[in-house]
Amino acid sequence: MPKIHAVAAAVSLACLVAPPSYGQSSDDLKEIRDQIEQMKKEYETRIRALEKRLAAAEAKAAQADRRASQAKRVAASARHQAAQAEEQVAQATAAPEQAPAAPPASTQQERQNAFNPAISLILQGTYADLSQDPDTYHIGGFIPPGEVGPEKSGLSIAETELAISATVDPYFSGFFTAALEPDGGVSVENAYFTTPMLGHGISVQGGRFFPDIGYLNAQHQHAWDFVDAPLPYRAFLGGQLADDGVQLKWVAPTRLFVELGGEAGRGLSFPGSDNSDRNGAQMFALFGHVGGDVGASNSWRTGVSYLQASPRDRSYQDLDSAGTLVTNAFSGTSRLWIGDFVWKWAPLGNPTNRNFKLQAEYMWRDEDGTLAFDTDALLGNPVAGSYSSRQSGWYAQAVYQFMPRWRVGVRYDQLYSGNPSIGLVDSGPLSAADFPSLARYNPWGTTAMIDWSPSEFSRLRLQYQVDNSRPNATDHQVYLQYIMSLGAHGAHIW
Amino acid sequence: MRKHLFRLTLLASLAAAALPALAALDVFACEPEWGALATELAGDNADVYVATTALQDVHHIQARPSLIAAARRADLLVCTGAELEVGWLPVLLRQSGNNRIQRGHPGYFEATRYVRLIEIPSRLDRAQGDVHPMGNPHIHTDPRNIARVADALAQRLGEVDPGHASTYQSRLQDFSQRWSRATSRWKRGAAPLHGVRVIEHHKGFSYLFDWLGIRAVGFLEPKPGVEPTTGHLAELLAQQRRNPAKMVIRASYNNPRASEWFAERAHIPVVVLPFTVGGDSASKDLFSWYDDMIERLLEANR
Repeated sequence: MPKIHAVAAAVSLACLVAPPSYGQSSDDLKEIRDQIEQMKKEYETRIRALEKRLAAAEAKAAQADRRASQAKRVAASARHQAAQAEEQVAQATAAPEQAPAAPPASTQQERQNAFNPAISLILQGTYADLSQDPDTYHIGGFIPPGEVGPEKSGLSIAETELAISATVDPYFSGFFTAALEPDGGVSVENAYFTTPMLGHGISVQGGRFFPDIGYLNAQHQHAWDFVDAPLPYRAFLGGQLADDGVQLKWVAPTRLFVELGGEAGRGLSFPGSDNSDRNGAQMFALFGHVGGDVGASNSWRTGVSYLQASPRDRSYQDLDSAGTLVTNAFSGTSRLWIGDFVWKWAPLGNPTNRNFKLQAEYMWRDEDGTLAFDTDALLGNPVAGSYSSRQSGWYAQAVYQFMPRWRVGVRYDQLYSGNPSIGLVDSGPLSAADFPSLARYNPWGTTAMIDWSPSEFSRLRLQYQVDNSRPNATDHQVYLQYIMSLGAHGAHIW
Repeated sequence: MRKHLFRLTLLASLAAAALPALAALDVFACEPEWGALATELAGDNADVYVATTALQDVHHIQARPSLIAAARRADLLVCTGAELEVGWLPVLLRQSGNNRIQRGHPGYFEATRYVRLIEIPSRLDRAQGDVHPMGNPHIHTDPRNIARVADALAQRLGEVDPGHASTYQSRLQDFSQRWSRATSRWKRGAAPLHGVRVIEHHKGFSYLFDWLGIRAVGFLEPKPGVEPTTGHLAELLAQQRRNPAKMVIRASYNNPRASEWFAERAHIPVVVLPFTVGGDSASKDLFSWYDDMIERLLEANR
């Protein structure tokens, strides 16, 4: 055993001494020796040339003397360099002879099993050129779902994502993602455990995660094909839904991919309202997906999801007919249905050169409950009445990688606000002009993008979007975005 | 009545216990070479699902729904390891809900655990390209590695499916004999290739070259996993004039453009090698794949 240690030490020492650029195989060394031979020859000719110039210079006036000595110095250092390189080769040659003594592979340490978790960091930033003031962004005809529009014009970094994951023990794995906001805040985007240890295709997940509804929602934003979320995601899920809860999922033991699952959560964010004073789940979801391959080049997945939330006093701000900024609030039940479809093509299943992806989702929401007007009582006693809406929307997008590294994509988004029935307007003291945010409007947008990914870990994207979220203003948006991922090699979901 | 019920339950549980033993073992092979090896060793005792083909770049596979469904059913996962499948296998493991094939369980088998890896980088830096931190994972191009993995895999098949352990061992013996005869035949036949200088697209055949004494003197990829650039190819051409290589080698899944561009200017042949079983029409199993690889190399060397 000590013998092995000594040999191992010798090997590692040899490796340290040998410059890293020199490989371990003798073929490489031969190659290097050839190159050095070449270098030496080149130096020789250079030195000869210099010596010739030297002689010429010596024949000239005393002024040229200085130049001559300089040339001599260069020649000497060139010779020295050649000698040094030769020495390095000699050292490198010493290493391979001992290499076979290295410990056998079966004892090698497996890095994934080292106790350090996998850590990765996503850097993102954009240059945004917007024809409308981002502060005026709203989606006409819909109860505002929070901050869903473009954040800033000009140069800015987007949230930086720090992800840490590891296996906990033979039974659990843990995942954590923090979003570091550009202005200093930190939010926990994901923090959950999973376990596949129940077997039979059942996995359980608990914590804060992106519910598996639809297609885009479970993916991290940096894996999206466009800078921003499509309009239905913004209007119905506040951009992307994350919730604190538990998920139970089952994959069927069939050739066709069939996955069924359900989730119960606290209703942390829109369409929920985070009611901390209530027991039980305030949001729950059901989803089912099926998928498979068609031939060697095509694969697909489609699914249906249902999300139900029970918001209490989910407030938003609006201007009343007199122009006063008032706070209104919805309480009731919000039900959302999502149908999603994805089709991917890669010639013979090899996406590295060319591939194509078609993706579409349809959403339908109905909300029933009460709408309270002016909950802060700025204009007298708050009033409340019934509220009911049937709203829908969809988007479709296509992304084509036409050569390695380069992709182009287009997207079309559409929302239909319908005509919500507002009790306070239909049979109450207020008029439709007191709820301008809810005035009937069908927002839409068209987007085109081109991106370039020098490697798996970096991406630069240019995106142009005609955004008609606002009822009476078209926003022409140009984005230039970078996404860089550092650290552990992430595995992306399909 | 209660007695009947008891009997019925007993019968049912017996049947349930017996069923898995009757059904064939579901093997999920990440790559075709391990699928072929599993078939050699298990024969009719296993249903082998192969997740990728020789025409795909196994570094970049998408975790498709069909793969999740297959991983869900598997009793044994046979993969290369050494982080070759790091971009997709973890997703399959996580989403399959299958406890049998998780890391550390008998149903999780990594071939690279049983051979010595070469080209272990002395420096880990992504500026060096898509380096494999644990060493070159393409171990299947050296038949001696296949033999080592076969020993371990037969053992593992016996652990996962103890009822057929002796069958796996006897099939291993048969395979090992045929394989070792074939290995010496290939080595003798490939003797003219010793010392031949070649240029390669990606470091995909390092183990093969190591075994046959072929010298890879350049790579079309400027850095591992980085697409060839014109600047780098021009440098290679200059090197080729000084120190000529005899052929350009690429795997059948590599983009042909760079190798053809280079070969045309350097006036040397391009050899398209099947990267694994199924890489061309002749490579039907492990034996015919090696036959074909060596034949193609010898042909270009004539």
